[in-house]
Amino acid sequence: MIKEAYNTSIKNMQVMDEDSNVDISLIPKDLDDKKLIEMYKFMNLGRAVSNKLLALQRLGKVATFAPLNGEEAVQVGSAYAMDKNDYIVPIYRTHLSLIVRGVPLKSLFTAVKGYEEAYSSISDYHTTPEIIVVGSQFTHAAGIAYGLKYRKIGNAVIVYGGDGSTSEGDFYEAINFAGVFNLPVIFMIENNEWAISVPRSRQSAAETLAQKGVAAGIKSIQVDGNDVLAVYKATKDALESIKQNGKPVLIEALTYRMGMHTTSDDPTKYRPEEDVDAWQKKDPIKRLQRYLISKKIWNDEMEQSMIEENKELVNQAAKDIESVKSEPEKMFDNVYSFIPETLQEEKDEAVKNNFWQ
Amino acid sequence: MVNLMLANMVTALNNALDLCLNESSDIIVLGEDVGKDGGVFRVTDGLIKKYGPDRIVDTPLAESSIIGTSIGMAIAGMHPFPEIQFGGFSYIGFDQLAAHAARYRSRTMGNIQIPMVVRMPVSGGVRTLEHHSESPEALFSHIGGLIVVEPSTPYDAKGLLIKAAHSKDPILFLEPTKLYRLFKQEIPDGMYEVPIGKANLAKEGDDLTIITYGTMAREVQKTVEENNISADVLDLRTINPIDESAILKSVKKTGRALIVHEASLSFGVGAEISARIGEKCLYDLKSPVMRVGGFSFPYPFSGDEDYWVPNRNKVLYYIKKLMDS
Repeated sequence: MIKEAYNTSIKNMQVMDEDSNVDISLIPKDLDDKKLIEMYKFMNLGRAVSNKLLALQRLGKVATFAPLNGEEAVQVGSAYAMDKNDYIVPIYRTHLSLIVRGVPLKSLFTAVKGYEEAYSSISDYHTTPEIIVVGSQFTHAAGIAYGLKYRKIGNAVIVYGGDGSTSEGDFYEAINFAGVFNLPVIFMIENNEWAISVPRSRQSAAETLAQKGVAAGIKSIQVDGNDVLAVYKATKDALESIKQNGKPVLIEALTYRMGMHTTSDDPTKYRPEEDVDAWQKKDPIKRLQRYLISKKIWNDEMEQSMIEENKELVNQAAKDIESVKSEPEKMFDNVYSFIPETLQEEKDEAVKNNFWQ
Repeated sequence: MVNLMLANMVTALNNALDLCLNESSDIIVLGEDVGKDGGVFRVTDGLIKKYGPDRIVDTPLAESSIIGTSIGMAIAGMHPFPEIQFGGFSYIGFDQLAAHAARYRSRTMGNIQIPMVVRMPVSGGVRTLEHHSESPEALFSHIGGLIVVEPSTPYDAKGLLIKAAHSKDPILFLEPTKLYRLFKQEIPDGMYEVPIGKANLAKEGDDLTIITYGTMAREVQKTVEENNISADVLDLRTINPIDESAILKSVKKTGRALIVHEASLSFGVGAEISARIGEKCLYDLKSPVMRVGGFSFPYPFSGDEDYWVPNRNKVLYYIKKLMDS
């Protein structure tokens, strides 16, 4: 009896296997060649951005940075499936979801350089700043979904979190809240196996993270997170389901953090390189590339020109942030909707007496 | 015969943890990445090899449970040393600290004690992401029932941590990130204690008293040295309970008091100290008590942090202002 009670069945979906064989019956109808190529380009741009910021960090030109290498399919497949008026609630690694949404590279680079200016027009893109305190993003997303529903705006929300984030109380509270109020929100668990040095097995004794959604009464599915087609399909299906019955959906995408947690981290301290090598073969970009080539909609020439284009884009972004610098007096302008007398005094005193020289 | 070792704050803390774990099997270290990784700042480096995964425990990523389960462990007779990876993440566990750790003793008239040492890196200056640079000592001190310790030297860090391990109270042990590797000091390699609740008179002088701690302790001493100022510099080392008698003794001597901390100015530790001086030795003062702190809003993104954290210019300006008034 106990065995039966614990039996939760979570579907694991794959559309394109590791050798790029595709189950045509599963490909969403709207995913035409143009869209496939666009997704492929976004995935490549994401990796180029990640590599560039890593290089800039090593040169001391930007601050601490969380690379996204290996997780391109989760971020592109999901963000690309969303409507541009749907909300994205990102975390410190989901830079690529923001790129897909259209947030300028200059903004992302400015954030990594360490300036709030990065986010000074972020709501125009129906997204929030990348959230760093693990787990807190989920409740915000549930709240945004509540707001959209309350205001009868027919859009949905997608919120990202890693495997580790599902251990936080806020995660459980958010899926519970979303379930109770039937909110239009997708919880995208980007399970990359590692929370800094702590492996997935140490986060939960549950067989899947997706099954945590079952307890909250929300639909949950697992997908191959290195299969961009599966992630796209799962997200589209979730949006369709939300449209039909208004209920939230949880997607656990299985992927792998190919690099360090952040530029401050040294993964060789806690995981064998062979583990990483095994995942090289599952590279999400290579996987889609092989499929595009087999469909004869992609070739070396296109690859070369895309590489050049991406190089120009990231170099331009790096150049664009060279002029971004401190303007300390601006720190005081947006603490409140007004400047209290005592705060104005702190500012005046700093300016007058050259504290910042 | 005392053997000395050259240690930065990380080495000193690591050594203290080693000695304490060795001394008492009731002690365990738990938190995010404290095991195999040795902590993100390497404070717990190597301990898992020596003491095993049952005593150096990598927990799931959940701060409230790290503190909450530690409270339970303490009730069960253990002496847990939970680590919160950064002070900015401690707010997720704030309920456990404020509503439970701080109150167990008083609500049971001493029947249940919570011996626990919550370690966390605090304060800024090292170009991190958001929420990695907060200075939450005033928040914790305001609750009452929680001891709040913040060393500024390797010697004090080790001695205070050992003292904390020998105490019966819930102790918040705040470690300034910027000071982890900033300088080394010769310290005894064996057990020694630095008292909790006692300030250190780091410098002696006649013209004013500067009360400080944490990241600012060193900045203040440098400012005083560079400008040939004759000042008593009191490094608090413990924020709560505050060493009021040391403060009053010095201020009565010099007649002038400046409080310098990195945390936001408003409603902070400086306000508490200033009020006590006003209440207990107003007529010994030659000038009003003054405060230097970070600006009264949350810590900015790293690009502006050098403008938010008080620097030597600001400290010197206030010293002069105090001497001239």
